[in-house]
Amino acid sequence: MDFFDTVKKSFIKTFIAEDRYKMLLEGLGNTLKVALFATLMGVVIGMIVAVIKVSCKQSTRPNIILKFLNAVCELYTTVIRGTPVVVQLLIFYNVIFVSSDAAVLIGTLTFGINSGAYVAEIIRAGILAVDVGQTEAGRSLGLSQSTTMMTIIMPQALKNILPAIGNEFISILKETSVIGFLGVMDITRFAEKVITRTADVYFPYLSIALVYLVMVMALNYLVKKLEKRLAKSDRS
Amino acid sequence: MIEVKNLHKSFENLKVLNGIDYVIRDGERIVVIGPSGSGKSTFLRCLNRLETPTDGQIFVDGVEITAKKTNIDKVRQGMGMVFQHFNLFPHFTVAKNIWYAPVHHGLMTKEEAKANAMRLLERVGLADKADAYPSTLSGGQKQRIAIVRALAMNPKVMLFDEPTSALDPEMVGEVLDLMRSLASEGMTMVIVTHEMGFAREVANRVLFMDEGVIAEEGTPEELFGNPQNPRTKQFLQSVL
Repeated sequence: MDFFDTVKKSFIKTFIAEDRYKMLLEGLGNTLKVALFATLMGVVIGMIVAVIKVSCKQSTRPNIILKFLNAVCELYTTVIRGTPVVVQLLIFYNVIFVSSDAAVLIGTLTFGINSGAYVAEIIRAGILAVDVGQTEAGRSLGLSQSTTMMTIIMPQALKNILPAIGNEFISILKETSVIGFLGVMDITRFAEKVITRTADVYFPYLSIALVYLVMVMALNYLVKKLEKRLAKSDRS
Repeated sequence: MIEVKNLHKSFENLKVLNGIDYVIRDGERIVVIGPSGSGKSTFLRCLNRLETPTDGQIFVDGVEITAKKTNIDKVRQGMGMVFQHFNLFPHFTVAKNIWYAPVHHGLMTKEEAKANAMRLLERVGLADKADAYPSTLSGGQKQRIAIVRALAMNPKVMLFDEPTSALDPEMVGEVLDLMRSLASEGMTMVIVTHEMGFAREVANRVLFMDEGVIAEEGTPEELFGNPQNPRTKQFLQSVL
């Protein structure tokens, strides 16, 4: 039997037999869903945390509420960045939401909260990269600190960090491979399911690695393209 | 009217302003000159509290803007500011740069503010740039738009922080022309500049600042024609 015959047989066994490709599609859908919504959640949380941190630092006399919020944000980023995401996932599923079995939702929530701590740093850097003259111009027109932040600074910061958000999406996409811990059918879990049925280890693992690789390469290409376009609009 | 009393400002251990007392009356055009590091920009930026004074008081139309309870955003609505580096908002069109603040403050409806922006753009000969983004403009065009952006708020005072220092020499004239026309309309202006010819022509009072104090003050004729302070003489010799 030559090589191609073996591949063909394995392919049929892995994907076609018993309509297993449907399982892969379901897994692919869940992986993308979790990654996408987690990234969006990460951006929203990251924005809030970054704004609080920057405001507290830049304000000449931060009030007590701002100081308190800042402390909460510090605690949040320290805890989230200081513990493995798998542990966070298990805690969310088995401790905090023990009465719920909406695993996809809990997975998305965990990855979103996890991502927020990292995106906050990205956005904070993006805010600080906007020229301080922009803040001064906004404030000199009588705009409040928060209006200046949301209408003048944030749009410019978000534009600058858009590629970094794309990269965050790519890394979440890969990280979601541990979501099988909760019994969610994702791409990785698909391979494990197939293996228990067919006892063939090589082909399922190698093919899901390829699926991840192709998705990441495609996304990388889009991020690069986006970077180029943004650079162009800055120059002209 | 702006009244400055015993103004001090330090950054960390660096003392920048060491006690300034001055009164700026409505309609006056005050030009502030002095060597770099003398505190003239800091003095100007204290007037709308972009810098928070370390000590002393500033009153704008009787309101103490250095008091904690003063709503500084409200005060700033009446004080236009023009920066050395223009600081136009790059993500807004030229027109939106001008109409955004008046609309946000509810001073005008969007339609009124847009019409007003067009009038202002026509005044500076840039009506065709209304829908362009700032990055497509020259430095002189950017600065003229920055000036009308401040004017759109109908300020009582205009503060200029070295408005021509970042411009190519051939663009200085167009910006000074606009400032001259503002001066002729009776706008109260406080101008930090290195353009001595312009200072002489437009100012009715000139302040010479050195080491954080007003070392000498007078009419342009007095200060440029017959300076009393040796530091003023030395400075004028080096720049004229």
